[in-house]
Amino acid sequence: MAAETIKNVALAKAINESLRRALDSDPKVLIMGEDVGKLGGVFRVTDGLQKDFGESRVIDTPLAESGIVGTAIGLALRGYRPVVEIQFDGFVFPAYDQIVTQLAKMHARSLGKVKLPVVVRIPYGGGIGAVEHHSESPEALFAHVAGLKIVSPSNASDAYWMMQQAIQSDDPVIFFEPKRRYWDKGEVNTEAIPGPLHKAKVVREGTDLTLAAYGPMVKLCQEVAAAAAEEGRNLEVLDLRSVSPLDFDSIQASVEKTRRLVVVHEAPVFFGSGAEIAARITERCFYHLEAPVLRVGGYHAPYPPARLEEEYLPGLDRVLDAVDRALAY
Amino acid sequence: MTVESTAARKPRRSAGTKSTAGKSTTARKPASKDPELVQLLTPEGKRVKNAEYDKYVAGITPEELRGLYRDMVLTRRFDAEATSLQRQGELGLWASLLGQEAAQIGSGRATREDDYVFPTYREHGVAWCRGVDPTNLLGMFRGVNNGGWDPNSNNFQLYTIVIGSQTLHATGYAMGIAKDGADSAVIAYFGDGASSQGDVAESFTFSAVYNAPVVFFCQNNQWAISEPTEKQTRVPLYQRAQGFGFPGVRVDGNDVLACLAVTKWALERARAGEGPTLVEAYTYRMGAHTTSDDPTRYRGDEERLAWEAKDPILRLRRYLEASNHADEGFFAELETESEALGKRVREAVRAMPDPDHFAIFENAYADGHALVDEERAQFAAYQASFADVEGA
Repeated sequence: MAAETIKNVALAKAINESLRRALDSDPKVLIMGEDVGKLGGVFRVTDGLQKDFGESRVIDTPLAESGIVGTAIGLALRGYRPVVEIQFDGFVFPAYDQIVTQLAKMHARSLGKVKLPVVVRIPYGGGIGAVEHHSESPEALFAHVAGLKIVSPSNASDAYWMMQQAIQSDDPVIFFEPKRRYWDKGEVNTEAIPGPLHKAKVVREGTDLTLAAYGPMVKLCQEVAAAAAEEGRNLEVLDLRSVSPLDFDSIQASVEKTRRLVVVHEAPVFFGSGAEIAARITERCFYHLEAPVLRVGGYHAPYPPARLEEEYLPGLDRVLDAVDRALAY
Repeated sequence: MTVESTAARKPRRSAGTKSTAGKSTTARKPASKDPELVQLLTPEGKRVKNAEYDKYVAGITPEELRGLYRDMVLTRRFDAEATSLQRQGELGLWASLLGQEAAQIGSGRATREDDYVFPTYREHGVAWCRGVDPTNLLGMFRGVNNGGWDPNSNNFQLYTIVIGSQTLHATGYAMGIAKDGADSAVIAYFGDGASSQGDVAESFTFSAVYNAPVVFFCQNNQWAISEPTEKQTRVPLYQRAQGFGFPGVRVDGNDVLACLAVTKWALERARAGEGPTLVEAYTYRMGAHTTSDDPTRYRGDEERLAWEAKDPILRLRRYLEASNHADEGFFAELETESEALGKRVREAVRAMPDPDHFAIFENAYADGHALVDEERAQFAAYQASFADVEGA
């Protein structure tokens, strides 16, 4: 079969195409959420799906996040594969109980007899000038919970394929969508599966230091690497893609080569995924490291009003500053 | 029946509407002698007529009545055995259903094989009706697993400890039944305490909006650990349904016949595409919340004695005897069967092995997880280090 490539497709549209494919190929796949029907979601990720697949499969739900996830669990018990949308990161918390106490644990509680293939889509992260509760990065709050898998694509191709893989997974997957990258365009080859869902990818090879990121921060790290290259520094950029499980083998391989690691995420540094990466990589690569693992991320303060978010979020200069500090050891 | 038919249909009947008319004072305290309380058997064991619900038990045979009695007696015996096993240190905890046998057996026996049950952690009688081996229920209370049975083998979901969560699962499952075009129904159990949970309110909303075939069976046993129902609600619980657009009924939860009839009616509504129903089974938790609880700190004997006079098993026995539906031989045989059940449960619990250490890591994920694999290997190496010492 000839490879089918969609060119110049926005990340949001790539997810839309992926959902369409899933709805088309598996009658058990359902889309649920607030405004996902006629409106196509507030970011238009589900645009046109209800029109083509009907209200029974693309379901506008009452405005109740716990209800959305709780009924999705029931539908999964009945044999469906629901893909639910939480409208914004800051609105997931009413569903946190269902996700943590029910969705994550039912497989284990049934000694493996029950599978809950539910995907929870969450547009996350800042940088779009939104009001409060619309810019947060709560991935660590979910990564701490066994039974959940956490992924976040950084580009259109990954968004397309990782969604396919998340829907096919028999485990619940929290799918964090980098909302500030929704409109970034890329190329999607809809025939060639790019690799396993939870494997990191080297997106820029380098020798002097590894920048590890996922979701919205991958693009920033690529920009940082380009800027550093002008100063003669050769940085490697690792797109982690998955937060749980984390691909420590790939991080380790990169760090054994570059001997320095900076982890970048929008979420607060304190107890963030960077902390876990720093701890484990220190353990795995103690004799290879030339510098402590450094982290760049949000501060231990509520996400600030939009006029301050540029100061709060990791930017080019803050990441370069961390690179300088790591290289200074 | 489709999920998107958004239930503009007016509820066929609503007991709630009738009882509240011009009686705002009753809203202060749910009255035990509510005129709307559906009762087919009085505490004295007298059969009373009910124009609405008699037809749902009209064809019931003496053998079936003896069956209901047997179910209640064996459930109580099992429950008592579990309480004893906790006292003997064989179980870590037990949540007794003492006093709620009629609510559970009546509603449980109303379900069809293809219906699906979403229990709390106290539905031992319903589990019995569904054919779940009672010893399966004890694994989590002994601490050898967190449930462990296959929900699909008896259409009986795992016990849910987080209060009210299962009502949403029940609603989602019912939405799935509707999508499949099946005529099965779902019954979700919860209690008066759970009625305060947001998940229960959300399950009412979702089930009403999608016209899902689900029966919400609330066992109002008067106490949420130490808090009386008055701390949960200002209106009788069954009246909550009205605001969501479906009928609510209060049934005598100590009357097995009434519980059977009302649940049958509600399940038939669900099957006929008429959407959800709330059944409030007005009953009493005669024992403690769990074996860790001490009810003497918050309630007196008087109340318990009043409810003991309304005992669900006693009243059916009176009816069976008065109507010559059961003889001494039946009761004697049942006594023997009860003791055998107690013995079987006791032996099964004592024989339950502790799980293998590596069970910690089993089934954390369906498709595996690299970190779990890594930590399992670390744990194995740690455990093996003791073997080295012992072998040295």
